[in-house]
Amino acid sequence: MSSERLFSWRNPWFVAGVGAPAVLVVASLIVGFAVLPYSEPNARFSGIWDAICSAAGVPRTPQQTQGAPVAPGVATSKVVLPAESLASADSRAVGRGATLAMQCAICHGSNRQGQVDTPNLEGQPAVSVYKELRDFKSGARTNAVMSPFAVKLDEQDMVDLASYYSYMPRQPGTQADAAVAAPAIVTRGAAMRNIPACSSCHGPVEFKAGSPWLEGQSALYLKAQLEAFASGARHNDIGEQMRNIARRMTTAEMAEAGAYYASRP
Amino acid sequence: MLTDKRLVLAHFWLAFAVFGLALLLGEWQMFVRSPLNPWPPNSELYYRSVTAHGSAMAYVFPTLIAMGFGYAITEIALQRPLIGRRWAWAGFALVAVGAVTAMLPVSLGRATVLYTFYPPMVGSPFFYIGVVLVVVGSWIWVALMAINMASWKRANPGKPVPLAMFANVAGACLWGWTAVGAAVEVIVLILPVALGLRSTIDAGLSRILFSWTLHAIVYFWLMPTYIAYYTIFPRAIGGRLYSDAMGRIAFILFVVVSMPIGVHHLFADPQVGAGFKFLQSVFTAMVALPTLLTVFTICASAEIAGRLRGGKGPFGWIAALPWHNPMMLAVAFSFVMLGFGGAGGLINMSYQLDASIHNTQWITGHFHLIFAGAIVIMYFAIAYDLWPHLTGRRLDDGRLMKVQLWLWFVGMIVTTFPWHYVGILGMPRRMASYDYANAAIAPQALSVSLSAFGGLMLVVSGCLFVAVLIRGHCAARIDPGAYRFSEAAHPPARVPAALNGFGLWVALMVGLSVVNYGYPIAQAIALEGTAVPAVHVGSGR
Repeated sequence: MSSERLFSWRNPWFVAGVGAPAVLVVASLIVGFAVLPYSEPNARFSGIWDAICSAAGVPRTPQQTQGAPVAPGVATSKVVLPAESLASADSRAVGRGATLAMQCAICHGSNRQGQVDTPNLEGQPAVSVYKELRDFKSGARTNAVMSPFAVKLDEQDMVDLASYYSYMPRQPGTQADAAVAAPAIVTRGAAMRNIPACSSCHGPVEFKAGSPWLEGQSALYLKAQLEAFASGARHNDIGEQMRNIARRMTTAEMAEAGAYYASRP
Repeated sequence: MLTDKRLVLAHFWLAFAVFGLALLLGEWQMFVRSPLNPWPPNSELYYRSVTAHGSAMAYVFPTLIAMGFGYAITEIALQRPLIGRRWAWAGFALVAVGAVTAMLPVSLGRATVLYTFYPPMVGSPFFYIGVVLVVVGSWIWVALMAINMASWKRANPGKPVPLAMFANVAGACLWGWTAVGAAVEVIVLILPVALGLRSTIDAGLSRILFSWTLHAIVYFWLMPTYIAYYTIFPRAIGGRLYSDAMGRIAFILFVVVSMPIGVHHLFADPQVGAGFKFLQSVFTAMVALPTLLTVFTICASAEIAGRLRGGKGPFGWIAALPWHNPMMLAVAFSFVMLGFGGAGGLINMSYQLDASIHNTQWITGHFHLIFAGAIVIMYFAIAYDLWPHLTGRRLDDGRLMKVQLWLWFVGMIVTTFPWHYVGILGMPRRMASYDYANAAIAPQALSVSLSAFGGLMLVVSGCLFVAVLIRGHCAARIDPGAYRFSEAAHPPARVPAALNGFGLWVALMVGLSVVNYGYPIAQAIALEGTAVPAVHVGSGR
């Protein structure tokens, strides 16, 4: 037996062992790289080599497959927020921000008078305040009152304002009511509709960079923002995540989420 | 002749200890995400548990069984002491140290990345170093198995290598080559990030490399089970192996076609071309061949035993089989689970059908039915069969063994069938909790509760198994005689060179791996801008 040559075309085991897989590979390659790509109903190949490259997974640029990229019809947010943005503001920035914030206080301070359609900014993360100011200035977010204020701000003003508001302690909400239970949309979201829990970005479970905290904000303001996201009137969410979420929420869920966060101290 | 009993016992006991702990974690996971648990679990703890359960069950438990059983086979089948005893102990030590090194950061929540690693998530470097130590320890075993077979062949020119040893080395060859994928992924891509040397990672390339390991690892787990089918079962039920050559061909087919098929785990991944997915789908279908050959050969071997015991007619031999024998029961259960699991596997490997069950609980059900069911029940049977020879004491608590095997079988069916069902309903896998109050999910509540109950049966069965083995250490001393493997109906006097060694088949395994994986890996390496920032798990919280 030791005289038997295994690696030889005269050995039937060698012929079958190498031949059968080889035939299988070649047949699969023909079917997988030529027959199947061409049997796609929308196959548009310039030739057999194009079809083979497609099946092999050679990346194709969007221009090759879909033509020029489509420009959005509205201005979108261009703000990039690394997690460490504005992490360490100096006290001079806070001081300058405090001066600038005097013109904001009538609508956004904790002692604002009867303003249920504006957010309270004291204690908000700096990146959230900064991003919204940038978006108002660029036109990615629009508001008849807010936009004219933001247009006048320069980069340093926006950093200073963000530093000031994040430096201020968070004030308790005015509609606090411990009896309001957390609705499912806040604690769990709705997995079947691809809605993550509000609390997984806006607290209290987890805070994500760029997400404002919502506790103690006005129920009316929160509901109005959700409706604006759902209708597309507000479109400055990077990656369209809030629009996707809001579009799938029911009107009742928007009201529940708003009422719950407003009721938090 | 089994001279190094302590070596084998050490492997088996460490394996079953790890298995017992991981089994408890598994049942806890089943319970906390079922509607039986009113409070949603802390998801961090849940995923920690999933990571520990998966890593222990996938890397440590079956590896130790294959190693321990492999050392026993070497001494018994080749009838000479193991060459490289000290190396074997060193391998064992590496696996043990690696298991502890990997599990510590997992327990501390520093490596909640699941056993499949999932880059760009990156955990504590100790987790990956531990896994590498386990793999390196098992590679020592791979080398020892090859060395022992080669040495025996030199001393016995022209004689056929005993089937048990031949199959054992098949498993070693397969593991040696398939572990390369995950090892390269961990050492080249993940560890530099975990150690802080790099901040980005190519997740697509990592997934391709992991798929290299991910499928053939299942056949490595399967090897001890198939070795028991061929070389223990016919003898244990008083019969003969129907065909020695068929056994060799089945194990060779596993070596050749288990490897170039892992991309069927990546059907939904964008970084591999559709052509390669189709190619590997075809090769995955080929893996059914050795299993079908085995089912035929083992059923024929059982028929020999049934007829030797006086069974007549086309089906009378089935009734004549020794159903009181735990090995008979285990193999029957194993085949039933292999049948259902295999049928489900045909759906997973089909490029088109996979889309309907991809990443659902169906997949979890499938691999538990195959691994924890068909494979692990044979690990139990192997331990029962070997134990008197390892301890020198009797192990004759047949009733307890049968109750244990029945519980495992029924428990596994009750666990996995509802899993398959909820998977078809669309329940995603790897979720810490489900909102059963949701009208769309509510119909799945009963099935998930049933699964958790099945898991409880598995825990009871696992406890019984350990109890039987411990009682085996305390029973009366006996002389179990020499351990024998099954004899073939026609014992081979000589076999063709192709069926007596692995040169050709390992070359084919490597060649097919290059054909089926070469381009996707090369493309992933060559493409610029595919690395993404790593997500460090468990830091800065």
